[in-house]
Amino acid sequence: MGNEKMKLAYYPGCTLKNQATNFDVSTVSSMAKLDVEVEELDRWNCCGTVHALNSDNVMNRVAPITNLVRVKEAQAKTEGMASEMMTSCAMCYNTLKRANIDVQKRSDALATINDLLSLENIKYEGDVEVLHLLEYLRDRVGFDNLAKKVSKPLKGLRVASYYGCLLMRPKEVAFDDAENPQVMENLVKALGATPVEFSQKTECCGAYHTVDQPDIIAGRTDKIMGSASEEQADLVVVSCPLCAFNLDFRQDDAKRLNPEFKHMPVLYFTQLMALAFGCDESALRFDLQHIDPLPTLKARGLD
Amino acid sequence: MDTTLRITSARTGSAFVARIEKAAGQKLMACYQCGKCSAGCPMAEHMDILPNQMIRMAQLGMQEQLLASKAIWLCVSCMTCNSRCPKEIKIAEVIEALRTTELRSGERHDHLEVMALTPEARGVLPPIAMISAMRKLTS
Repeated sequence: MGNEKMKLAYYPGCTLKNQATNFDVSTVSSMAKLDVEVEELDRWNCCGTVHALNSDNVMNRVAPITNLVRVKEAQAKTEGMASEMMTSCAMCYNTLKRANIDVQKRSDALATINDLLSLENIKYEGDVEVLHLLEYLRDRVGFDNLAKKVSKPLKGLRVASYYGCLLMRPKEVAFDDAENPQVMENLVKALGATPVEFSQKTECCGAYHTVDQPDIIAGRTDKIMGSASEEQADLVVVSCPLCAFNLDFRQDDAKRLNPEFKHMPVLYFTQLMALAFGCDESALRFDLQHIDPLPTLKARGLD
Repeated sequence: MDTTLRITSARTGSAFVARIEKAAGQKLMACYQCGKCSAGCPMAEHMDILPNQMIRMAQLGMQEQLLASKAIWLCVSCMTCNSRCPKEIKIAEVIEALRTTELRSGERHDHLEVMALTPEARGVLPPIAMISAMRKLTS
């Protein structure tokens, strides 16, 4: 990492501008501590969530590809910005990355999309790289460099890293091992905390069934959080606002399903970084968590 | 009652099977029923037909039974089956092809009633949940 600030195109996504403001502010604040200047894209739109799986699908690729056109626009007018974009939302990452891979493979679909986007000044040519923040931290910043910025090591804090589905599946988008990823554990270590392995770290949280089948989610949350609890984790970190909603806000349902269920805080990995970098409450926004993490942090002397 | 089930190439070439294979971009006959997809499926406990059974039924062209199942709407495309299939069949893509067969049938076959949710329930849900549910479950 050079001394000059790097500029990085940043795609927040819808939920980071709504319920998951804590994910947005902690992403931007911790990147500033790492001397990476994130620039939110102008006129970004829906990532296109969720990736449509039909082999003939073109229409659902228009939204994600429009965002990649915005990256090219930002790059054209910003000195020192590479042809790449970063998002910290696992769902946005997955949808944007898969749409990108799809149009890189299907030139006919790309041509149709460019026709549909005929009012844009820039044609998309499959030439933007989509990166998840965890990937960026590991490969561009480096966890050794990151560790140097830690002003408040999270000593003694036992952190279970939950990956869910979207970072490591399907294999085309995976930036670590699908069954036993370590990238978040390595981040946790760099922040001075203790990574806790648990059997459910790549199991699905039940995703959008939370809308009309919260009972299914209660079962998933009970199993996933219960597994972290068995390993004596203090808290669970996530990178997806849908996982966060299910694992945090649906804990009351899990408790109704299983009276033995123990509540445990769920944080975004960026909040853990912001905490270790000494950012203030405006960058953490713990008030937006359902399960308050402060008693747990206090017990470890980290409030 | 004796049932004779004849498996012929003519059957696997039925219009339904061909449509599913094309929409999913998969060769259904590659499946040898190891069951790994169902073993790892996080929704299996709620399903009336398991993922490996869905593939078998799709091979046999059992359109009606498949499209009437609850299971195709329970799959959330977590991709665990895809990433573990030893034959590299994208099971989630096959299930999506089954859903879209229903959703594109020309009539509304929505499997989500947003207006049936209470305003409180709707108010608490993040957009990521609502949008993905509507993308997957409605026409």
